[in-house]
Amino acid sequence: MYNKKECVAMLLAGGQGSRLYALTKNVAKPAVPYGGKYRIIDFPLSNCVNSGIDTVGVLTQYQPLVLNDYIGNGQAWNLDRIHGGVHILPPYQSSSGAQWYEGTANAIYQNLSFIDRYDPEYVVILSGDHIYKMDYSDMLSYHKKKNAACTIAVLNVEYEEASRFGIMSTDETGAITKFVEKPKEPESTLASMGIYIFSYPALKKYLIENEEDTSATKDFGKNIIPAMLAAKERMYAYSFEGYWKDVGTIDSLWEANMDLLSPSVTLDLYDPAWKIYSNNDSRAPQLIGSDAKVQNSMITTGCVIDGFVDFSVISGGVTIEEGAVVADSILMPGATVRKGAVVEYSIVGENSVIEAGAHIGARPESYESKSDWGVAVVGHDVTIGQGAVVAPKQIIDHDI
Amino acid sequence: MSYNMTNVLGILFANSHDETLPELSSNRTMGSVPFGGRFRLIDFLLSSMVNSGMSTVGVITKSNYQSLLDHVGSGRQWDLARSDGGLTILPPYGSTGNGQYNGKLDALMNAMGYIVKTPCEYVIMSDCNVIYSADLSKQVEAHIASGADITCVTVTGDYTQSETADAITFEADDSGRVLSTVINPTRSGHYTMSLNTYIVKKQLLVDLVNDLVPRGKCNFDRDILQAMTQKLNIRTYEYTGYYSKISGLDSYYKANMELLKSENLEKIILKKRPVYTKVRDDAPSKYGLNSSVTNSLVADGCVIEGVVENSILFRGVKVSKGAVVRGCILMQDTEIGRATEVSNIITDKNVKIGDELCISSAEGSPLYIAKKRVL
Repeated sequence: MYNKKECVAMLLAGGQGSRLYALTKNVAKPAVPYGGKYRIIDFPLSNCVNSGIDTVGVLTQYQPLVLNDYIGNGQAWNLDRIHGGVHILPPYQSSSGAQWYEGTANAIYQNLSFIDRYDPEYVVILSGDHIYKMDYSDMLSYHKKKNAACTIAVLNVEYEEASRFGIMSTDETGAITKFVEKPKEPESTLASMGIYIFSYPALKKYLIENEEDTSATKDFGKNIIPAMLAAKERMYAYSFEGYWKDVGTIDSLWEANMDLLSPSVTLDLYDPAWKIYSNNDSRAPQLIGSDAKVQNSMITTGCVIDGFVDFSVISGGVTIEEGAVVADSILMPGATVRKGAVVEYSIVGENSVIEAGAHIGARPESYESKSDWGVAVVGHDVTIGQGAVVAPKQIIDHDI
Repeated sequence: MSYNMTNVLGILFANSHDETLPELSSNRTMGSVPFGGRFRLIDFLLSSMVNSGMSTVGVITKSNYQSLLDHVGSGRQWDLARSDGGLTILPPYGSTGNGQYNGKLDALMNAMGYIVKTPCEYVIMSDCNVIYSADLSKQVEAHIASGADITCVTVTGDYTQSETADAITFEADDSGRVLSTVINPTRSGHYTMSLNTYIVKKQLLVDLVNDLVPRGKCNFDRDILQAMTQKLNIRTYEYTGYYSKISGLDSYYKANMELLKSENLEKIILKKRPVYTKVRDDAPSKYGLNSSVTNSLVADGCVIEGVVENSILFRGVKVSKGAVVRGCILMQDTEIGRATEVSNIITDKNVKIGDELCISSAEGSPLYIAKKRVL
């Protein structure tokens, strides 16, 4: 069978996403719902397909059940191919023993034989925790033009933000001269987006060397990139302009959803030329009842809305009963808000139920000190009993 | 005992009753008429068949079937892309002359090769102008238990003249055995009416077709249901669940609007029996600043910035600022311009209505605007 592919994508989807707390208790971060009908992984997967990359390895480790079920055979993204397509790659046992993935570089190292099957010239490394639309084929053209060993996508961030990211310094040709993970005093504002293209021989060489170094932490940012820089490999920064958001925290997940409701945000989900695919389910269209009031919101199939909805993102199969108020919030698939309950500045997890009269979250205006206030979170499959109160910033992962 | 439903062949007649809905079926089959915000009429029976465990379905079509082919594709959305059986489209066969069928039996004759080849024992055949969700295995089990040759799925009630004008009605004895059949009764009244779904042993159907068609008898309703009540044991099976039957633009409008009541919607699209359809990967619908939507069914991909009441919006509909939509069915990608008011209209796909217009029709007699029209 002729299996050669010019470029293979490897999507790191094994992270726990511990800063999403209750929302990643039972699901891996890439499977966290976003934007009403998507899960985070829809974005890198759709980008791959739209960029002409049809071979994607998805590396899973933490709580892979929902993710595996969601990806299935990849048909939703047109990735059910005879050659290539999407492959789930969990850690496995070999004759020399069994090993979990220890760091991003080690996860790719353990799957070199998967990559070898396609004999690619290039490998794209992606992560499953960012919301963005990007044509990887443009980045690959740049990589080829620069004859690079490694190209890293970078975003120009605010100086105050820079110390949260891996920061690159470049010369006038775009060549990377320095790379520092989360610097205290950043020398530049070019932040790594966690998207790498490697020429495969170089990637393979450095992954193998890194494995042999027992002191290494086996991480791209901490080991592979610095080692390649030290060896004076050709490394280039590829500037990306457009919407990109790391949704690794409660606040950033909430903001990224709210961004969809803002007319000034450039992330366009309605562009037929760059569709974001998702695993659609068969549900009725949304039914907006006679007493409902809905504005400034996104709502998707299977919802039955009889209450008041404002500035919110409502996922599939959500029920909002009469007299309930949902404002500035995210309701994940299958959530129910019963009569007279109030949900403000909150994230309510999948299939959770907010019983009548309960009150989740609060508006920030009523709090003098900003540090006392934050988005309230109700995890997945949780029931909040009648009249119960969940204060701002609280994270609830069990019934109350 | 429950019957193994993989032994039942489904046959759907995509084109029958096209003539009752000329507005919507001039460019498509009855089966591919859009319905309920995101569905096509064929989705309901096809999904019921799949949800009942059937895995072999042939769709008989004679004309205008492009939209049908586009809609069902490989059958994958219904889990009918199979290596054995699955979904098969049966267009007119080359040797039949003018490419038109003279009746249902003629159409079955044309599909005989396919029907004989399927390893199924029974056949459920249905038209696409009825919308209901049922566990068809109950019907098959009742058919087997009763010893009937043909079982007709029926409803009983009082029907208006417009409802009976395109209906098969039965007189049956207390045991359900059909004594006589009336086709398209001209008077309103109390009837036992066919839901156009029939269960029959495959071999019997094959024998009947082979016997009747060469003698010029091609009409299933007239030449079998009506003419053979003595010769065959034809029985009714009373269906008591929720259904809609489309017999014209008015009833099409009414059947859609009934879905605005959640109790009706829940009877047709059950959690345990979903209705499958082609997906389009639209984004969720967006409700803009100061939009107002009440008592409406809205599919994905809509952008609503105006007022929408008592309406059904298919995928990708745009309602601009200041626009008012009342009592309308707006099909896929309809656009309503700024400050335009529309009421009681049905727009077909891709209709564009400009700014500051007012188009309305009397309540109960909706105005139809054809595909791709620009006003």
